[in-house]
Amino acid sequence: MDWLKYAGDDPVHKLLLMLIAIVLFVVLMAIILFVVDRPRNPPRWFVGFGFTGIALLLLLAGLVYPALSTIWTSFLRRNSGDFVGLDNYVRAFTEPQFLIVLGNTALWVLVAPLVATFLGLVYAYLVDRSRFEKIAKGLVFLPMAISMVGASIIWKFVYEFKPQGVEQTGVLNQFMVWLGGEPQQWLLSRPLNTFLIMVVFVWIQTGFAMTLLSASIKAIPTDITEAARLDGVSGFGMFWRITIPSIRPALIVVLTTIAMTTLKTFDIVRTMTAGQFDTSIVALEFYDQGFRQNDAGMAAALAVLLFVIVVPVVVYNVRQQRKVEEIR
Amino acid sequence: MRIQKFGSRRRGIALAAGIASTALVLGACADTDEGSGGDGGDAEAFEIDCAAYEEFGDLEGTTVTVYTTIVEPEAETQQASYEPFEECTGVTVEYEGSREMEAQLPVRVQAGNPPDIAILPQPGLLSTLVNEYDAVLPAPEQVEANVDEFWSEDWKEYGTVDGTFYAAPLGSNVKSFVWYSPSMFADAGYEIPETWDDLITLTETIAEGNEGATRPWCAGVESGDATGWPATDWIEDMVLRSAGPEVYDQWVSHDIPFDDPQIVEAFDMAGEILKNPDHVNGGLGGVDSIATASWTDAGYPILEGNCWMHRAANFYATQWPEGTEVGPEGDVYAFYLPAETTDEKPTLVAGEFIGAFTDRPEVEAFQTYLSSSDWANAKAAATPAGGWVSANNGMDPENLATDFDKLSAEILADEATVARFDGSDLMPSAVGTDSFWSGMTEWFASDRSTEQVTSDIEKSWP
Repeated sequence: MDWLKYAGDDPVHKLLLMLIAIVLFVVLMAIILFVVDRPRNPPRWFVGFGFTGIALLLLLAGLVYPALSTIWTSFLRRNSGDFVGLDNYVRAFTEPQFLIVLGNTALWVLVAPLVATFLGLVYAYLVDRSRFEKIAKGLVFLPMAISMVGASIIWKFVYEFKPQGVEQTGVLNQFMVWLGGEPQQWLLSRPLNTFLIMVVFVWIQTGFAMTLLSASIKAIPTDITEAARLDGVSGFGMFWRITIPSIRPALIVVLTTIAMTTLKTFDIVRTMTAGQFDTSIVALEFYDQGFRQNDAGMAAALAVLLFVIVVPVVVYNVRQQRKVEEIR
Repeated sequence: MRIQKFGSRRRGIALAAGIASTALVLGACADTDEGSGGDGGDAEAFEIDCAAYEEFGDLEGTTVTVYTTIVEPEAETQQASYEPFEECTGVTVEYEGSREMEAQLPVRVQAGNPPDIAILPQPGLLSTLVNEYDAVLPAPEQVEANVDEFWSEDWKEYGTVDGTFYAAPLGSNVKSFVWYSPSMFADAGYEIPETWDDLITLTETIAEGNEGATRPWCAGVESGDATGWPATDWIEDMVLRSAGPEVYDQWVSHDIPFDDPQIVEAFDMAGEILKNPDHVNGGLGGVDSIATASWTDAGYPILEGNCWMHRAANFYATQWPEGTEVGPEGDVYAFYLPAETTDEKPTLVAGEFIGAFTDRPEVEAFQTYLSSSDWANAKAAATPAGGWVSANNGMDPENLATDFDKLSAEILADEATVARFDGSDLMPSAVGTDSFWSGMTEWFASDRSTEQVTSDIEKSWP
């Protein structure tokens, strides 16, 4: 069995394993096709299961089983296997440390997607059909190409602190000094620090919002805008009464998609503060509990909570996405 | 502990390492680092007696995998120190260093894919692996014999869990040092303090005589997701000095609560220096800047004349920027952190331990090599730049590269020294690598009282 499990660095071994996998797949498909084709008048469920069966089984093993096992683990104490019921959840909702984490997560889900979408929308609208549209869009889109960790390191430099009288290395504190103020410990001052970390996220996600919204703005039929213009609508009215209603479904998809990204944000907070100074969020805290504190039970409980929070967002997002497609 | 974990010399490297370490988590890939480590020193030329490994049979062509927190630049000398063994036996040692090792090792153990040997930076991790994962194998006889011969009873005890001896010690760190600039001290006419009171008097003298960004002490505890650990060393040193080794042992084993008044007193003793804005933080900011200043750079203000003293372990010798001369007449040197009187010499130490997960003959042979004096001497020879020392009494101090390493070895071997192992490394990981760290960080970053911080840590004890 070991031969099938670990190929190490041997390329020939790896290729052989790949070949075996492909042959297995072909043989399996052949068997399925053969079996499904066998009966004269197969019932529909039989054919259906023949083709989706394997995928369903894999889904069961790769998604449903881990989910159930996580839920089960969340009722256990640490790694011990002792059943403690809802203890971990009670802890999550009573201990101050976790309350801060939950509060921060709520802030993130509410504030970050709204700000990113709002900025993306306004920007997309303002540069639409202007002379420098491509360059202007490119500038905002660029941060999307930087990894979360890379972006966090860049912003860590922006927030860097040096005491008064010593040469500043952080841009923000240099401005403070130029304006006659004192340099601040930005990442230490709570609750401001959570918002400063969100800035990094918004910086990355605004490009995403702008691209999608810009495409929907361009897709607004010109007869609508022209009719509005003939009726004397212009400026802010145009934006508020014509553009926004026309792209409403896209707006909601963007908002919910970013909200989902927010919920799984891990790298930014870990790189900026490692969750210290009251900045941790659920996605980071559950890693900390599981892998650093060795508390699998608490980690699982936080993971389940995260799952419970994200499900309605996903459902809403999928429904809206369908609507967008219907309109097209 | 953590000697090699944060072994980068320059801010750039530290930063790149930060990126790399986080990228590791994200990419879930391993930082495999196989190499010859050829220019690490002259370990290859170091002669060992190959006969010791003959009893393990013909090992030619076999492989042993090693998983460790020891990454560049120290990984190079570490690998070089394995060469005499590889020459003797024909075994290939596959070296894998990762800063995420402590979190990833249990994951690999659970996944049924452990390394042959892990170099554990904390006894706490060893007991977690034994108690919660039942994964580490008891040390083979020859290893135990080596440890009995070359190490003191204390050190053997750190590798023992519930009466079973699992892991032989590897290197040793001496943590009770204060770094300073010999020339600054000489110019100002300051003497090296002999007692704690001398140290406080000196601190006050410096604080009165200096203005601007200059302060007597500098400190920094930022260290990625391990932020806070350098401050735990401060507290441990204070407990040893104010309450004594017996109370220290009770504190570590939780026979007295974490927030016992004697421990609060030790916190306040550290606070006399660390929480006083007149005493810290030279060139780095106020008291709260200790929480955000990177520990790798926190001693640098000494070189700029902004601070006078920096308490850090012997391995801080490798952290100074390139070109800094470490020596009694050089740019920086260290003195023993004084105790209340000159009669006592409590010393905080730490080290790494060798845990094995498989029991093939080549793995046992390698374990035997690592626990021998052969390895200690080969490692000393392979580390020409210094910054490494061991309490292995078979190691010839003459093989150590620098005066400073010899001083560390001297303290370790000194009969008067009362050594105690790094407490946070012995405490359960929920405290030792989490709430103690974050509690210390909060202690500096917020206005939370000592009582509050210690009782928060006490509450997290599992």
